[in-house]
Amino acid sequence: MRVLIYLFIGILFGITMFKSEAASWFRIYEMFRFEAFHMYGIIGSGLFLGVVTMQIIKKYNIKSFYGEQIRFQPKEKGISRYLLGGIIFGLGWALAGACPGPMFTLVGAGFSPILIVILFAVLGTYLYGVLKDKLPH
Amino acid sequence: MNFIQQPWPWYVSGPMIAFIMFLLIMIGKNFGMSSNLRTLCTICGAGKSTDFFKFDWKAQKWNLIVVLGAIIGGFIASNFLMINQAVNINPATVENLQTLGFQSAGTAYLPTELFETSVFTNLKGIFLLAIGGLLVGFGARYAGGCTSGHAISGLSNLQVPSLIAVIGFFIGGLVMIHLIFPLIF
Repeated sequence: MRVLIYLFIGILFGITMFKSEAASWFRIYEMFRFEAFHMYGIIGSGLFLGVVTMQIIKKYNIKSFYGEQIRFQPKEKGISRYLLGGIIFGLGWALAGACPGPMFTLVGAGFSPILIVILFAVLGTYLYGVLKDKLPH
Repeated sequence: MNFIQQPWPWYVSGPMIAFIMFLLIMIGKNFGMSSNLRTLCTICGAGKSTDFFKFDWKAQKWNLIVVLGAIIGGFIASNFLMINQAVNINPATVENLQTLGFQSAGTAYLPTELFETSVFTNLKGIFLLAIGGLLVGFGARYAGGCTSGHAISGLSNLQVPSLIAVIGFFIGGLVMIHLIFPLIF
């Protein structure tokens, strides 16, 4: 049952990524040129509702659908890892035109070259794991 | 039906993303896609040599199922829910892209110059996609999250580290498109 719920949420996410054009390389390019409001509207409105939702859940101590306590993991403090990691991610995001969610959506949409991006994203993740202790965090 | 076939405007898309995050929170999970890349490393056996990948990947199986759903969702949307896939970007952006050699700007969902199967015989294209992927994977794990984990989940939870990461995303993206693109295209 839970498997079907995860699958359903994933399908909803995939459809949203494709239909919103957030999975389009062109939209990412246009965003970084500040030539359209589209992507800012998506992130901004999603974020606004996200903030409101999380505040309500916290304030009223809302339980999950299964009646469990909802825990929000705070991010570890730090600057270097977020700034440096963020910049590296941003360089790749703009070049490949896809972040780790839409990448998979594009596989389903039939763009086979995105498999190169995914393969190397996995490799990049592995590279980070290997170099982790040598990097400033 | 017309509404279904059109691309969704931002004021439908953004709330949908928030709704997806809400659903994940309400079933006791979290919204973060790049952690799946780490799980894939572990499944491939990376935990044998590197501690970072030594964890019980089965605890992350749910997120891989979300990924499977995202693939299916992409299939459904592209085959049944969107007849015209040309992305209607700003004409100024189209013009700019054409000067860089992207003739498909304004007529396709992804640039055919990088995402048509002919790219498999184009060394430069393969190289660029590979570098892009490598940077995304490395950067996402270094920063501890990507667009979903930081820009949506982290910022929604008012996390300062996520704000720093998102500022980083934009510095990187702006440098790539304004400084590096003119050199590589």
